[in-house]
Amino acid sequence: MVNSMKSTVDRRRKKPEWPAFIDISKYKITAPQVFIIKERCKECEWCIIHCPEEILEKSDEINEKGYHPPKLIDGKTFDDCAECHFCELICPEFSIFVIVPEKEEGEIISE
Amino acid sequence: MNKENVELIEAHDHPLDGYLREGRIPHIFCPGCSLGSIMTVIIDAIKEAGFDPKKVSVVSGIGCTGRIAGYLNFDSFHTTHGRAIPFAIGLSVTDPERKVIVVSGDGDLFAIGGNHFIHAARRNADITVICVNNFNYGMTGGQVGPTSYIGQFQSTAPYGSQEEPFNLPDLAASCGAVYVARWTALDVRRTKESLVEALQKKGFSFVEILGSCPTTFGRRNQLAEGKIILEYFKEKAVLKHGVDTRYVGITKNSDFAVGKFVDIEDRETLTDHLLHLQKIAKESASKGVRL
Amino acid sequence: MSDKTEIPNVLTGRHYTTGNHAAAEGALAAGCSFFGGYPITPSSEIAEHMSIRLPQVNGHFVQFEDEIASMAGLLGAVWGGSKSMTATSGPGYSLMVENIGLGMMTETPCVIVNVQRGGPSTGLPTLVGQQDVMQAKWGSHGDYEPIAISPSNVQECFDLIITAFNLSEQFRLPVTFLMDETLGHMSERLVIPTKAKIKIVNRKKPTVSPEEYLPYKTGKDLVPAMATAGEGYNVMMTGLTHDERGYPVISAEAQEINVKRINDKIRLNKSKIIKLDEYMLDDAEIALISFGSSARAAKGAVSRAREKGIKVGLLRLITLWPFPDERIEELADQVKTILVPEINYGQVTREVERAVHGKTEVKGIFKLGGAIHTPKEILDEIESRVK
Repeated sequence: MVNSMKSTVDRRRKKPEWPAFIDISKYKITAPQVFIIKERCKECEWCIIHCPEEILEKSDEINEKGYHPPKLIDGKTFDDCAECHFCELICPEFSIFVIVPEKEEGEIISE
Repeated sequence: MNKENVELIEAHDHPLDGYLREGRIPHIFCPGCSLGSIMTVIIDAIKEAGFDPKKVSVVSGIGCTGRIAGYLNFDSFHTTHGRAIPFAIGLSVTDPERKVIVVSGDGDLFAIGGNHFIHAARRNADITVICVNNFNYGMTGGQVGPTSYIGQFQSTAPYGSQEEPFNLPDLAASCGAVYVARWTALDVRRTKESLVEALQKKGFSFVEILGSCPTTFGRRNQLAEGKIILEYFKEKAVLKHGVDTRYVGITKNSDFAVGKFVDIEDRETLTDHLLHLQKIAKESASKGVRL
Repeated sequence: MSDKTEIPNVLTGRHYTTGNHAAAEGALAAGCSFFGGYPITPSSEIAEHMSIRLPQVNGHFVQFEDEIASMAGLLGAVWGGSKSMTATSGPGYSLMVENIGLGMMTETPCVIVNVQRGGPSTGLPTLVGQQDVMQAKWGSHGDYEPIAISPSNVQECFDLIITAFNLSEQFRLPVTFLMDETLGHMSERLVIPTKAKIKIVNRKKPTVSPEEYLPYKTGKDLVPAMATAGEGYNVMMTGLTHDERGYPVISAEAQEINVKRINDKIRLNKSKIIKLDEYMLDDAEIALISFGSSARAAKGAVSRAREKGIKVGLLRLITLWPFPDERIEELADQVKTILVPEINYGQVTREVERAVHGKTEVKGIFKLGGAIHTPKEILDEIESRVK
């Protein structure tokens, strides 16, 4: 059984509802890509706990060393990642990292 | 709508792998040890500071933190216990453009290496010293060290440490370091920015990074996992730039200060003095050289 | 004053100076550009002289906070690309041995001058001794083969320290230069040749690209090429047992390869390293074996004994380590007694006893420290053996 987020360091906060000043669906925004080198992960949970967008959780699968690498929470996509790179900076194992594709941002796709 | 769940993309190489020696990852550090994050931060800081990688040398001592030199793909020197700093001085004066970074632990730099630290700071040797403070001697099994706080339990302090520990930023500042900062391993972004400043600073710069050591420190002191130690840091660390270093000591279960405490300009470095001596010596020899 | 006239590092000409100053000038002539040291009688003059001369020749003199830092700084300077040395005496050498071990394991060329004085411990700071011979071999922990050179006059202090630098560069290890207080403080004539006449050996540099370079891979001579910091080779230097890449490998197999090689590179090349000076040994029936300042008295004793018709000769050891076992065993077949005058309580004597394998009598002539032998003392011993 995976003991998911029942630890005392669970600080899931309630996200406030922001008023929509712009209609995001009109604009082309390229999502970042979050990569994981599963065999390097040692289940420290730092990326999961400290991701400001809270899109990660421990997976059920285990890697070669018996650790549970992180996965995206069901329903979350790369669009939910804020590209802050905090997981990449704090990962002690050089395991998780974020690549931001170099494409044109902010193009208006429809009126 | 039943979307297929998005998976993290599986990869086998990390963008920073070029800065790590081939075949040495995964490293030997424990799960929950912050040394891996500190390595990431150091590499990012070196990249951002804009140094020519050929001119960067990393010197370390003995201990868990000392193993970092063996992982970084720069000129790496893994020396004897406590003697990283004088080795680094020899390395730095032979080429004024060389950036020499000393990465070592609290015991290595301040117990056996204490004398070398204070003299290097006094002389303003042109090196950056990064001390990863995990409050004990981790590699050898968790003995008490010069930065263990009062009441801390370690293998050679089974009744709790009785002695006053060093206040590292205060020690560095009083010996004349031109840049003194302390950060925790949680605060990776500010640590990176501070390291960029420290690396670009001419003279003796010192950055203390409080690290998480669950295996030999945490488990004996009610902080049994890396994530719990980081949570402890988050609760207790208070950002206080520029505060007087006399008041930044760390005691059990109390708040402690982090931030940039000292940032001095225009102090001549040891290398400056040696080059100046060459000038004076040649002028005095112009009248003839005596045996 | 412009830098147009380069201050020479070779002071060609005839001088009258002390052993310490000669050693310092010899180091400069050999290309030394870094001195990291700490003052200790009777070697302080070397440091003082270097502090004046090194900045003149674009070198650096750094006085460290203790001998431990000096030795570490020395190794750092060598890995930074320079030729380095330090000068100390018995108590300082004792502090340096851990880092000398690091120098041996990492194969770092440098020269450590030990101007021996009376010991053990603080002993006789201002008086002669020859008591650090065994320390030069066994000082640091672990198995390693050192090179130790011992001059006997001021000219040799100059010439042989250049040899010491050359051997250290050729074989990549710290070389100990065993002087003593008498030699360090005595004044004699010194002739410094022109720069062109001085033979300098430099460390082997890698001939392949950084991608192909293996820091501790060797050919038949067992000595690896040395890349230093800043050359783009991303060197890896560690005191831990390491493989060819220089990466720590904690295993018995790696130890076999690593430690065997750093010992064999000296053991198998002894003939290229050992230097001896033989005086009237061809028909000798009694042999004296000595080194350093006591060899001077021994030579005087040999001359006087020969005048009296006694067939005695002197084997002067210039290299103390590696020890010239083979030559001494040969000598043991020829002579009926070997006498070893030395200023200690039996260090080279033990080695001679070991080397002769019982073939002949070996007796030491000991002065415990503080004074050198007189030729008469040695002559009396020789004469007692003739009866």
